[in-house]
Amino acid sequence: MEFQIFGIGILTWIVFLPIVGMLIVLLLPNEQKNAIRWTAATVTGLQLVLAVVVTMIFDRTALGINDSNSFQFVEQFRWIVVEAVPWVGKIEIMYFMGIDGLSVLMVLLTALISVIGVISSWNIEKMVKGYFALYLLLVTGMMGVFVALDFFLFFIFWEVMLLPMYFLIGIWGGARREYAAIKFFIYTFVGGVLMLLVMLALYFSVAYTNEAGEQIHTFNLLHMMNAANYVEGSILYGLDTTWRYVAWLALFISFAIKVPLFPFHTWLPDAHVEAPTPISVILAGVLLKLGTYGMLRVLFPILPDATIFFMYLMASLGMISIIYGALCAMAQQDFKKLIAYSSISHMGIVMLGMAALNTQGTVGAVLQMFNHGTITAMLFLIVGVLYDRTSKRGVYDFGGIANQMPKYTGIAMVAMFAALGLPGLSGFVSELFSFLGAFDSFRWITIISVTGIVLTAAYILWTVQRVFLGSLSDVHKTLPDLTGRELLMFIPLAIIVIFLGVYPAPAIELMNASLSHLVDFVNGGMP
Amino acid sequence: MAEHIVESIYRFLPEIALTVTLVAAIVADLILKERNRNVAWVVLGGLAVTAVLVLRQIGWSESIFSDMIAVDPFAVFFKVVLLVAGLFIVLFSMKSRELEHNATRIGEYYMLLTGVIFGMFLMVGATNLLLMYLAFELTSISSYVLAGFTKSLRKSAEASMKYIIFGAISSGFLIYGISLLVGITGATDIYGVRDALQGGVEQQMALHIATIMIIVGFSYKITVVPFHFWAPDVYHGAPVTITTFLATASKIAGFAMMIRFFKISYVESGSVVASGSWELVEGVQWNVILAILAALTIMAANLMALWQENIKRLLAFSSIAHAGFILMGLVLLSDEGISAMMIYMAIYLFMNMGAFYVVMLVSNKLDTEWISDYEGLGHRSPFLGVAMAIFLVALAGFPPTAGFIAKVYIFGATINAGWIWLVAVAGLATVISLYYYVRVVRNMFLVDPAESDGPVILDSGSMTILVLLLIPVLLLGVYFSPIVEWAKHSVTMFGM
Repeated sequence: MEFQIFGIGILTWIVFLPIVGMLIVLLLPNEQKNAIRWTAATVTGLQLVLAVVVTMIFDRTALGINDSNSFQFVEQFRWIVVEAVPWVGKIEIMYFMGIDGLSVLMVLLTALISVIGVISSWNIEKMVKGYFALYLLLVTGMMGVFVALDFFLFFIFWEVMLLPMYFLIGIWGGARREYAAIKFFIYTFVGGVLMLLVMLALYFSVAYTNEAGEQIHTFNLLHMMNAANYVEGSILYGLDTTWRYVAWLALFISFAIKVPLFPFHTWLPDAHVEAPTPISVILAGVLLKLGTYGMLRVLFPILPDATIFFMYLMASLGMISIIYGALCAMAQQDFKKLIAYSSISHMGIVMLGMAALNTQGTVGAVLQMFNHGTITAMLFLIVGVLYDRTSKRGVYDFGGIANQMPKYTGIAMVAMFAALGLPGLSGFVSELFSFLGAFDSFRWITIISVTGIVLTAAYILWTVQRVFLGSLSDVHKTLPDLTGRELLMFIPLAIIVIFLGVYPAPAIELMNASLSHLVDFVNGGMP
Repeated sequence: MAEHIVESIYRFLPEIALTVTLVAAIVADLILKERNRNVAWVVLGGLAVTAVLVLRQIGWSESIFSDMIAVDPFAVFFKVVLLVAGLFIVLFSMKSRELEHNATRIGEYYMLLTGVIFGMFLMVGATNLLLMYLAFELTSISSYVLAGFTKSLRKSAEASMKYIIFGAISSGFLIYGISLLVGITGATDIYGVRDALQGGVEQQMALHIATIMIIVGFSYKITVVPFHFWAPDVYHGAPVTITTFLATASKIAGFAMMIRFFKISYVESGSVVASGSWELVEGVQWNVILAILAALTIMAANLMALWQENIKRLLAFSSIAHAGFILMGLVLLSDEGISAMMIYMAIYLFMNMGAFYVVMLVSNKLDTEWISDYEGLGHRSPFLGVAMAIFLVALAGFPPTAGFIAKVYIFGATINAGWIWLVAVAGLATVISLYYYVRVVRNMFLVDPAESDGPVILDSGSMTILVLLLIPVLLLGVYFSPIVEWAKHSVTMFGM
């Protein structure tokens, strides 16, 4: 399927619209703050419209994953070509984008969260121009990762995100922002370097033969998934070799840092607490998904033998993240930090579902990625609303907000209970699927993990009780309820959370075909 | 014979043009007297003429003056790179405030600069051990004077003195190694050395000592740990323009000479052309020594850079670390490794020069070289701050800048050659390096400027130079086929 606007493919539009917006923002004078904001809103709004269009006309039966013919909206051009010399073959790097059932929801999620982030950024007054320029660059990076099908392109987008994120936390963040920003930067850069090394090893191991009979080394992810393309004697040739395990571990760590999975999670609470609200929303809503997405897109299908070998490692780390994240969340007094730890716990569920390597678990995991994106984005916005009004975010600082801010409380309840996994809200469906899938593969690990649900219920209910119920202190008697702008960012998310809770089928249908194919492919080893 | 000499002179035209430029610079200095700043224009013109002559040499593969100098794609590549460096340094010097400490002799400065470039041209082409040594000395001695050019400043005089002492030691090692090698093989040109070594030599011990001596001699020039210790002090004390020149051009010329020396004299001929990987002559595993030195350089320099408070010292350690990364390519014994080195050096030239140029502009405006004084710079001059940030992240190897491409090629070649431990060390060091580069970025952007600090305004000339340096750093990051193609085709040396 192809879809072009002015002769340029729709995915290029979706990815590079924010860059166009960034250039416009940079050309606007500093004082025109509203013009800058509206530019960002328009650009991300257009991006969302395109993403919705893509989702609507997406063919749900197409497989994708390793089959280049069934990817949709494909754009493939030669980007870098270096002709062969006697001692080294031809080099090709492709500008290769496309989506399948795995990425379609992520594209939608990124576009959605980006718009909401812009709305939430409206009241930022410090260096507005720089803020939105970096913000839009960040959006391009995130979107690019979800549509890139060439490892080189994927890596460039992956790294492009880091620098804007560093500045966004470091300049617009809270009191300990510098520490948080550099910690985030170093952690993810470690992941980046590991990924770079594995990428290069894969590049030298994989060569496909083109029509002219030339052997061409390539960064094409789909070619890397085909065992026939591995050059005999190269470092990653064969199955279940030590180097393949080493490569798997390196790549796994680079993605696990982003997820973040225990024990690579320590950057996350700091980054979340110090980041301004919209950046926390982006971080929790989209950035964390890049890790799990990367595993499904790159790690699982390229190194399926090692994936199966390390299945239990992944499940155990998922389990530890679930329990540990929930326990930490329970101990927090800072509302924002509490949600940060709950993110670790919820991303653990994604990991557990993926590790099961069956359709149910994987579908649950990807759905959980989407749902966690929407729910946690709401939760961070909820904290942001209170913080904007009172400059406080301690769980014990509040009480009885329910009477003072009824609309706010209503919205907050939807998000909190969705995070808790209440049936009827979206979190329930995806958690259920993930656990069901995992139970098939690892009985005990899943049984232990499920206790995480109880812990989650405990900290969510306690928080609800402390913040929203009880008696209202005098200082909070003047708190205004949600403004129109705030409602604008909450309502779409709330609708999605309720809708997918009641009727998750549309989302599942989008990804089912691709994910079943992925699971078959990984379990079948390389055919 | 006469024909050969005429032919040789024809092929030697770029060097002759440089010599003419040098003389013209002296004459112009005498004529212009007080207005001797304008000697810069004479030198710029001379370099431009040289550039045209060098570009005519593309595709040539000749040996001239009875196997003294090779004019081959390899040499031409480096000549172009060195000329680019030279042109930028002259432009930098015209903007430098520091050099006004010795303004009356600025004509001599440009003359010496031309002399260094001439020496470097000989270095990249020399195929005779004696000429190699002469070229090495010509660049070194002119550099000593240049490092101490602002001699009224104490640190500059000190830098020059240190440079002379350590430089003399390194020359001593080199000439000692060379004389042993000549004694063992009975040849003074590297082709003769190769033939003798392939036949097998009896004095293995002497050969080892000679090889190590020569490695040590080169190591000083390209600042490889543990022979690097002169570099931070000299880079710190010399005028920024000369520091830039030493950190880029001087190092690149040293690498070029080293590559040619090892690739031709210590490798089985015939093994190279077809497969691209080389076989060593029996007995001397010099590449293992280089691998250890490279790993040591990368780790030590990056760790030491963490504690630097002075931006010039920081960049000095950073450039030592980069020398380690570049050296990895020579360890691999493959043409792929050499081409990766060449790509790295060409890109390194732009990003490092850019960083040093910002340092010079800041010291022009604010009279400081302390990293702590960079606080709030990004707010006081957004353009300068963003430019510096781009150069620094490029040095750290961040996509989509050219620095990333440089790292991709050198890491890739190393992985492909199977040196996994070396690339693991390099990867770790890259992470460490990020920290100290980002520390500068942090000071520029994450710290608000003090109330008293006004904006820093740049003149349009400086802006243009910065843009000229930014373009390759950004463009080569997203479209790098030209440089890669060129480097791959420039690996060819005469006599292989």
